[in-house]
Amino acid sequence: MMLAQELPRLLYGKPGTPLTFGQYQSTFATSYKAASLLDELEASGLTGRGGAAFPTARKARLLREQRSHNKVVVVNAMEGEPVSYKDSTLLSTNPHLVLDGAAILASIIGAKDVIVCVSRDNPNAVGNVQRALDERARAGARGPQFKLETAPWRYVAGEESALVHWLNDNESLPQYRPQRPSILKIRHHAVLLDNVETCANVALIGRFGAAWFRTLGTKVSPGSVLVTVTGAVERPKVLEVVPSMTLRTILNFADADPDPQALLLGGYGGSWLDAAHLDTPYDNESLAQWGATVGAGIIVALGRDGCGVVETQRVVKWMANESARQCGPCAFGLPALSDDLAKVGEGSPNSAQALQQLEHRCGVIDGRGACRHPDGVVRFVRSALRVFAGDFQSHARGAPCGASHSGKYFVAVPRLEKERELVWE
Amino acid sequence: MGVRRRTGVFYLRVNPILCDGFGHCHELAPELVTMDEWGYPIIKREPTPLSDLAALESARYAVRGCPRQALRIERVSEN
Repeated sequence: MMLAQELPRLLYGKPGTPLTFGQYQSTFATSYKAASLLDELEASGLTGRGGAAFPTARKARLLREQRSHNKVVVVNAMEGEPVSYKDSTLLSTNPHLVLDGAAILASIIGAKDVIVCVSRDNPNAVGNVQRALDERARAGARGPQFKLETAPWRYVAGEESALVHWLNDNESLPQYRPQRPSILKIRHHAVLLDNVETCANVALIGRFGAAWFRTLGTKVSPGSVLVTVTGAVERPKVLEVVPSMTLRTILNFADADPDPQALLLGGYGGSWLDAAHLDTPYDNESLAQWGATVGAGIIVALGRDGCGVVETQRVVKWMANESARQCGPCAFGLPALSDDLAKVGEGSPNSAQALQQLEHRCGVIDGRGACRHPDGVVRFVRSALRVFAGDFQSHARGAPCGASHSGKYFVAVPRLEKERELVWE
Repeated sequence: MGVRRRTGVFYLRVNPILCDGFGHCHELAPELVTMDEWGYPIIKREPTPLSDLAALESARYAVRGCPRQALRIERVSEN
C-alpha cells in the first residue's frame, strides 16, 4: 500500500527498469473499492495532463453519454513537444499504471478497445509498451482489448484530431471541428483520448480513491504532475512535483541554474515567464496572472548568457516548419513571423519596421487555424515580446545584445529537416 | 410557414483547411470579410444581427460563390 504523503506516485520505481505486471500488482496493491468510478473521478478533480488541462471526468461523462456501439479509448503517448520526456519516462517506469488507467476509463465509458499510440521514433517507449502488453496477455489480465499503434512523430501528430485522423486514414493532419466539444470517431466508434500521464492518474484514483489523490496538490490542481526541466541545467530531468511548489523549488530539485533570465513554460506553444516571478506556485491559477500555463509540463531555463530574441526565433522557425500546411494563415503566417523575428534578431536596418510588422501579424494569425498550432506560436511570440521587451527594443535599434553572438543556445530545437514543399492538391 | 424570424444573429464561418484563398468572399461580402496579406479571408468575429438583410444577403452570395465551398452561415437564435 502506498502512503498518502509519499511523493513518487507516478514515477514509483526506477526509470529505465519498468515494473513487471507482478511487481506492479504487489506495489500498487489495494483494498479500496470505489462505488462509482466516474463519481470518484469527478470528486478527484483530475485535469488532463496533455496541455489543455480539461477536466477528465467531464470528458469521460460526455463519452459515456454517447450512443455508440463500440467505443474506443486512445492513450496518447506521442509526446509532440521535442524537449519533453515525461511520457516516455513514465512508460519506462510504470507502464502498467498507464494501461490500468486506460482499462478503468474503458470500463467507465463502456469501451471494449484501447489503442496506445506511441511515436515510432521513440523505440524505447514502443518496446516498453509492447513488453507490458505481452505481460498482461500472459498473466491473463481481464479488461479491454489492447492494441499498440506507432504513428510517425511530428509536432502536430499528437494533436487529438490529427491522431484520430492517422488511426483512420494514416494521415497525421489535424481536422476542422467547428462544434465544440466535438466527439472524435474512429470509423463510427466514439473515441475518448487521454494523455499517458492522465491515464496513470486515473489508475491511481481508481486504486486508492479521490480523497487519497487530493492529499497532494492544491484545491483546483490536485495530485502530482510530471515536469521536464531542461535548458540551463546540468542534464535534463523529469521530476514529479506538487503544484503548490514554487518554480524556484522545482529548479532547485532539478539542479538548474538558480538565477535564470527567464523560463519557458508549457513547451513550444507555451509562454515565457520573467525570472522575477520565480516564487509563483506551479499551477495554472497562479501562473495565469503572468499569462503562463503549466501546459505539457515543460520548464526550460534560459541562462543569463542567452538571448531571448534569438531563442524565440529558433523555436518559431522550427514550429513554422512543423505546420501541417493545411490552413493559409498558419502555412504562410508562421514563416512570416519567423522572418520578422530573424530581421529583428540580426539588427538589420529595417528591424524597427519588422518589429511593428511582427506585432501586427500576431493579431492577424491568432485563432484562424483549424487546430491550435498557430495560436500556440502567437502566444509564444507575444509572451516573448512582453518578457524580453527591452531586448527587442535594443535589437530593433540595431544594437543586438552580446549574448546573441555568443552562439550559446538553451532551448533545444531539433535539426530542421528539409523544408517540406507546399502541396496544394 | 415559410417565414423566418429575423431575431438573433449570424456568423459567417470558414473552414480554414478547405480555403485556398481564392478571395471571392471578399469581393462578394466586403462588409464581412477582409483579406490578410496572403489572400486568406479574415472574417468579422462579432455576430451580425439577422435583421441586417443586406449583410445576410451578401453572406449568402459569399457562401455560394466560394469555389472551395468552405463557407457557411451559422445562425444563433436569441433565447
